Amino acid sequence: MKKKTNIIAIIVLSILAIITIFPLVYTFLNAFNTGSAYGLIPKEWGIRGFYETFVRRPDYLIKFWNSLFIAICIITGQLLVSCLAGYGFSRFKFPGKNILFYLIIILMMMPYQVTLVSNYAILERLNLIGKEAAVILPAIFSPFGVFLLKQAFDMCPTEFCEAAKLDGAGEVRTLFSVMIPRAKAAVASLVILSFVDAWNMVEQPLVFLRSQYQYPLSVFLSQMNERIIGMVCVCGILAALPVLLLFLFFDEDLVEGISFTKI
Amino acid sequence: MKRKRKNTLKGFLFVLPFLIGFFLFFIIPFFWSVQLSFTKGAGGTIFAGMENYISVFQSKAFRLSAYNTFRFMLIGVPLLMAFAFFIALVLYRKFYGVSLFRSVFLYPLVVPIAALVLVVNAFFSKDGIINQLYSFMGIPVKDWLNSEAAFGILIFLYIWKYCGYNIVLFLAGLNSIPEDFFQAAQLEGARRGQMIRRIIMPLLVPNFFFVFVISVVNSFKCFREAYLIGGNNPHKSIYMLQHFMNNNFQNLNYQRLSVAAIFVFFIISLLVLLLFLLKNRQGRIEM
Repeated sequence: MKKKTNIIAIIVLSILAIITIFPLVYTFLNAFNTGSAYGLIPKEWGIRGFYETFVRRPDYLIKFWNSLFIAICIITGQLLVSCLAGYGFSRFKFPGKNILFYLIIILMMMPYQVTLVSNYAILERLNLIGKEAAVILPAIFSPFGVFLLKQAFDMCPTEFCEAAKLDGAGEVRTLFSVMIPRAKAAVASLVILSFVDAWNMVEQPLVFLRSQYQYPLSVFLSQMNERIIGMVCVCGILAALPVLLLFLFFDEDLVEGISFTKI
Repeated sequence: MKRKRKNTLKGFLFVLPFLIGFFLFFIIPFFWSVQLSFTKGAGGTIFAGMENYISVFQSKAFRLSAYNTFRFMLIGVPLLMAFAFFIALVLYRKFYGVSLFRSVFLYPLVVPIAALVLVVNAFFSKDGIINQLYSFMGIPVKDWLNSEAAFGILIFLYIWKYCGYNIVLFLAGLNSIPEDFFQAAQLEGARRGQMIRRIIMPLLVPNFFFVFVISVVNSFKCFREAYLIGGNNPHKSIYMLQHFMNNNFQNLNYQRLSVAAIFVFFIISLLVLLLFLLKNRQGRIEM
């Protein structure tokens, strides 16, 4: 009896899994489509898409590096700021802490457009509009990062910190050699999730950057109207690749890290 | 006493870098927005009282966008939660290949939206696969992305994308329930349905809270999909609050944008407050 329900469950799950994975398969197949008509399976096969992207019009690759540069800057900054703040919120008491944390949760839920104008005004005063820093700087201070790491640090038993302190480690040392390794999964999740966010940014670069040459791949892809489907798909794969690789390496950590998140 | 004060200072120093950015990019700008929303004119120098608020709340575009945003949440969030909960229950049975399924369901989270929109276009655009199929069968074709169907497609994308995330959250909760609870229930002759209702659901209340919060957050993020499908002026069924704000931004209507932003801030704050009140009534304060 139990076996039978298990088989039904596996069949249903498999169908759902196929639907889930379908866009990926579709994109890979159609990277070899040299025509300009949509179809489940390409009618004309070839590698023109790859040729156009990598050899004839390598500007896609420049956008790729723009994206990578912006994403790496954001993640590095965000990790540092979030680790410090997460530790502060998790292990210390200071006046206004609860109100601040409440504000962080509210801001975490806010759609991006809410802070758009005001961010613009601030960045203009700092004379940053048109520079990459305008896209990077606001993204470094992520409420979600602080929230996630605070929760993960909360799970770490206080004995570990006390032991580290008895051994003569200062607060910063404790954070970096005890807490962060213990919260490895949460840190990895933060890296993946904020990489995805940074990689997908469309509005911020559009508003804060001035020159086409600075645009990341995401903006470019969203404005792309090529008639060669293969080329569009190759660019799509190019855009998906770094994130997919990160995911393949860290998916166990991602699962564990997400599970830390509770209110 | 002295040590305590020193500790307070230390904690504050750790949070300081974040606070600087937080104030610079969120708090100060927010007060500017509030100030701006009560003014008129290009420089925002003339005091206008409630004028902007009245005009925004009366505008059709704003009402439509607010209506759509809430409709999207009201339909999308419960559907997503129910769907994810169901799959999590199935995966919880721990058969061979669970972690593979979990990874597959999680993977849409990392697919770049632009790459996904490509597939959506391949299927639903005017000369897309569905229309090819329709014309092959002699059914009149439709511009899917420019019709009511756009809303359904957006809901589908939302569930497709965030289901895995919610499954993981639910699984974490399920795994924290001690096995003995189920064994005891089984001895008492409880059926599976009863176990779900009497054991799993009550114990998972905190998880439901968080899944709800995260689902609302993510429902706002679906604007990107809507934007990439429909641009600045999509079909009216997916014209969201963010479209309204974006368009006002492009027309340099900062006052109107500020009003909408404050409205959203207000609603979300109320929602969070309500959640915390409910949670405290539950007697679980884990913050």
